[in-house]
Amino acid sequence: MSTAFVESPVRPQPPIDGSYQHPEELLGANHDIATLGDKIADVVVAKPHPKAWWFFFLVGFALLQGLVVGLAWLFYWGTGVWGINQPVAWGLAIVNFVWWIGIGHAGTLISAILLLMHQKWRTSINRFAEAMTLFAVACAGIFPLIHMGRVWMGYWLFPFPNVMAMWPNPRSPLMWDVFAVSTYLTVSLLFWYVGLIPDLAVLRDRSQGKIQRWVYGFFALGWRGSAFHWRRYEKLYLLLAGLSTPLVFSVHTIVSFDFAVAVVPLWHATIFPPFFVAGAVYSGFAMVIWLAVPLRRFYGMKDLITERHIELCARVMLVTGLLVTWGYALEVWMAWYSHSRYEWDTTWQRMWAGPYWWSYWVLIFTNSIFPQLFWFKRFRMNEWWAFAISGSVHIGMWFERYVIVITLTRDHVPGAWGRYAPTIWDYSLMFGSVGLFICLFCLFVRFLPMISITEMREFLPFKQGGRDGHSCMENAK
Amino acid sequence: MSDTHTPAAPPLYGVMAEFQTADELIAATKAAADAGYTRMDGYSPYAIGEVADHLGFPRSEIGAVMFIGGVCGATLGFFMQTWISVIDYPISIGGKPYWSWPQFIPITWALLVLTASMSGVFGLLALCGLPQPYHPVFNVDRFRRASRDRFFLCIEAADPKFDQVAVKAFLTTLKPDDVAEVPE
Repeated sequence: MSTAFVESPVRPQPPIDGSYQHPEELLGANHDIATLGDKIADVVVAKPHPKAWWFFFLVGFALLQGLVVGLAWLFYWGTGVWGINQPVAWGLAIVNFVWWIGIGHAGTLISAILLLMHQKWRTSINRFAEAMTLFAVACAGIFPLIHMGRVWMGYWLFPFPNVMAMWPNPRSPLMWDVFAVSTYLTVSLLFWYVGLIPDLAVLRDRSQGKIQRWVYGFFALGWRGSAFHWRRYEKLYLLLAGLSTPLVFSVHTIVSFDFAVAVVPLWHATIFPPFFVAGAVYSGFAMVIWLAVPLRRFYGMKDLITERHIELCARVMLVTGLLVTWGYALEVWMAWYSHSRYEWDTTWQRMWAGPYWWSYWVLIFTNSIFPQLFWFKRFRMNEWWAFAISGSVHIGMWFERYVIVITLTRDHVPGAWGRYAPTIWDYSLMFGSVGLFICLFCLFVRFLPMISITEMREFLPFKQGGRDGHSCMENAK
Repeated sequence: MSDTHTPAAPPLYGVMAEFQTADELIAATKAAADAGYTRMDGYSPYAIGEVADHLGFPRSEIGAVMFIGGVCGATLGFFMQTWISVIDYPISIGGKPYWSWPQFIPITWALLVLTASMSGVFGLLALCGLPQPYHPVFNVDRFRRASRDRFFLCIEAADPKFDQVAVKAFLTTLKPDDVAEVPE
């Protein structure tokens, strides 16, 4: 028998013209496992990259300079360059921290929770959603670190034996935060990398040049698709999903404890953990839509990320949006029903009498009113409307945290009231972190498969060479 | 194991058959197992649980590895906090007892997840022998398609029943696309 090298035959891509019907509308072209893998892998290893990539990357890179300059200035002068003061000691740093980490949560929700729930539609979007999680958590992690002022002492956050014979206090929510966020980042990175290993092997075997082959081969670790390896791999994947599911809830619960364990009126509330988790998923799915739309448009991924995917994301946003709206209503209700003068008066200041009343109504409009358009299928199926509504949610979720932090300007004693205004350095770091996110995501799309090749192959119907879904739960033993 | 029929040939790792579909690979693995072969492996672009079942690997070790890792991490984490708060650096906060253990749970939980996940990932690599820069199956050029659209079954020379001619003949009966010798 011949063992001579046989180049894999070049297969034409199936047309995206509506001639193919997937039973659940989750696929837009008649792919088999070869064309599907080629399509996703060639974005990275073969095809010239779309020009639009440079546009996004350069915009991100320009914004990133705001972070670089802002950090340099901050480290030189200290946190006095920000608008923080007494009583608002936290300011935009914590707003941005919570905003980013919330965005991250949808990635874990998609990759872990929807996997456990046998949701097939997760498969097309989980890879880039996980990348989104990683980069969002990286952006989030910057803010508490630099808010310490003396960032070079950041390692004091971790418990380790030291010559001062001092320890951090493990009974403080801020300490819980250190562990929750660093665990979350590590586990997300592991989960993402484990998912990437077989795809890196695909890239290795499809590489065009020596350097590509060597680099992807290095990170593929010599993966060869052995049935023994697959068995362990699937078990690990399932267990990581099982661990990430409660982890994602616990992380944002702990983030909410940063506020809820304090005695500030409207912070000290049991509604905070579920309310924060719902908000996190809400903003995260908005970001998934923001990333999916350009990938569909500029990379021609409309056959893999269909309108149905956008619609399902929009449905999740509708549900979580109603949950956070319920949270806003409950905050007011509890303030009234508690008969606590401080709770009720702070609510009144927040909604009407205080100097920042407008930010509360921006939040209500962008988060609770405008996204109600998602009730109509027209708006869920149209990617531009979905994009616009997601943008509204980004603004709304940012203002939600802003409204919470700004509560500090008017709490118990009028003598301790104050005002807060962010400075240009607050904004340069905030938009700079957006730049960091855009840059990292652009590099991800350029060098790694944006959609999981392996899982998409499994997801193909039997007729097309797949297993009609990701059978991780059945294979994992 | 050296080849008794062509003594000059390089040492063999095994003989490998190539199939077009996952179902053919499952059927071939079952047939090979029924024929009494024990040292073999299936290779596929995505996980196929039935192949591992027929290869006699019904259950992996990962669950146990992660359980032990997680229990160790959580226990150590809990005792670390107890030691910090009660023994080495007791400070009174809000008049709460030093050993206010419910407040230790968030960090205990985070460490449980962290150590379980890390032991799972490093356990996977250790058990699979990865990273592995060299493996004989890659000597077969057509094996590049194992990550694209083909499914392979390799009966290894280490198998007690291995005989190059007989194995080749047996694999050919399974109607593969190709049968190739895998040099060591």
